[in-house]
Amino acid sequence: MIAVIVVIVIVVVLALGLWAAYNGLVRSRNQVDNAWSQIDVQLKRRHDLIPNLVESVKGYMQFEQDTLTRVTNARAAAVAAGAQGPAAQAQAENALTNTLRSLFAVVENYPDLKANQNVISLQEELTTTENKISFARQFYNDSVMSYNTKIQSFPANTIAGMFNFTARQFFEGDAADREVPKVDLGMQAPPVQLQQPAAPAPAPQQPPAPQAQPPVAPQQPPATPQQ
Amino acid sequence: MYEQIARNKRDSVLLVVVIVAVLLTLGFAIGAAYSRTYLGGVGLLGVFGVVAIVWSLIGYYGGSGIVLAASQAQRVTREQAPVLWNVVEEMSIAAGVPMPAVYVIADAAPNAFATGRDPKHASVAVTAGLLQMMSRDELQGVIAHEMSHVRNFDIRFATLVGVLVGMIALVADFFLRSTFFGGFGGRRGNNDSGGAGAIFFLIAILLAILAPFFAWMVQLAVSRHREYLADASGVELTRNPLGLAHALQKIAADPRPLQVATRATAHLYIANPLKGRKTRESAGLFDTHPPIQKRIQILLDMAHAAPGALTPPSTTPQQAPGA
Repeated sequence: MIAVIVVIVIVVVLALGLWAAYNGLVRSRNQVDNAWSQIDVQLKRRHDLIPNLVESVKGYMQFEQDTLTRVTNARAAAVAAGAQGPAAQAQAENALTNTLRSLFAVVENYPDLKANQNVISLQEELTTTENKISFARQFYNDSVMSYNTKIQSFPANTIAGMFNFTARQFFEGDAADREVPKVDLGMQAPPVQLQQPAAPAPAPQQPPAPQAQPPVAPQQPPATPQQ
Repeated sequence: MYEQIARNKRDSVLLVVVIVAVLLTLGFAIGAAYSRTYLGGVGLLGVFGVVAIVWSLIGYYGGSGIVLAASQAQRVTREQAPVLWNVVEEMSIAAGVPMPAVYVIADAAPNAFATGRDPKHASVAVTAGLLQMMSRDELQGVIAHEMSHVRNFDIRFATLVGVLVGMIALVADFFLRSTFFGGFGGRRGNNDSGGAGAIFFLIAILLAILAPFFAWMVQLAVSRHREYLADASGVELTRNPLGLAHALQKIAADPRPLQVATRATAHLYIANPLKGRKTRESAGLFDTHPPIQKRIQILLDMAHAAPGALTPPSTTPQQAPGA
């Protein structure tokens, strides 16, 4: 009798746990979807704003056709990438962000343009849209992170497997932002190369000086042959 | 982040329960003092309970409207204040909460507050002075702080506790006055020399003196704590501690008090609007806000910036966001 009750209690507790975990996963997944649609809204808004901007500045910027064409092309590419999933879309949108930045950098050179009320308000609209995209992306990535963590950790991962909850992609950060540190990597490259030719050098030196600290020893010898 | 919100909600419930308990104890003591029976105490306790519920419901559903009206805040549209509207919208996206109503207070002193009962019924109000003084980044920091109050349900807590603490103060004040100025209860109490009545009276007077202070201190302690919390979770939204740090620096440097702020609404604002002009290191028991310099220091530490890094932006000509 007691055994039956114990079994019933265990089954009920398990069922409740399953129920709660499942609902938690659904809530989490919906938040990811909702966050994604928020990014989508802002990206569309940007796509809608750009033709207006190009139209308003065209008259002033006869000599900058190149910049304008690049913006227009990047926009077309971003619109087309909309159906190819977060990763591809992120790449196209980041390219568009970069062309817009260069456009606004060029606008700085045209005092007439900077004073144009229409351009000012479009600039504010695009600035806020850029911000909204990045904040929506931040919220989306946070949501994806907590959702992915949830479906990968025990015990929710068993339920996630059963009901086909799959991990979501992050909306990756700006490619241009990551290119900036590349300059730093280039600066760091020489010391790396310095150490590489030095690496074989300490090998013959190791037997005579085994008591020297290994991390210090390989670094000191390369310094002397270089100088 | 969500654990923090859940804990906040739990703390809020506990605090409201504590404050309601104080209110009901006060009701019992006053009732017993007047009627000289336990039954009378229970009776007034019941009356207080009902009044507290009605009052809280009014505060819950109408409190934000009352606060906004008392602060003479005007609701604005996207067209009237595009930059403010956009910044609020950006922060609501970052926080994942619906877009709140946006209000502007026609006052030159820089300040801001949020109110409402939950993120779906929230309002954010800023002064015209704040809009004029702050760069976009600084405005963003301020709005992120307010949006954190919304997301953390601090606005609901502030509304409810404000109503209940006000009620305790009112009741205690009324009782003490009626006693000291020889009201009906006082006379009856004096006629009945000795016995339970006198003891009840003593307890009631003691409670009436202590309860408002206790409730008020609890409210302020929590309010101060939540200011730090909102600073931190605001930075979590903008990922830019310097924006809010510079904004607080500008607010601290502005000597003007906010005309429309009162002691009842002071704790809602991002920084003390009454400006005691004291720059102490630690908060006193009756301060509505933590010391602003300490808040700035914490934000600067977050940015890994030395205090000297603060000077250039605050001395640059003030950018008007054009609202």
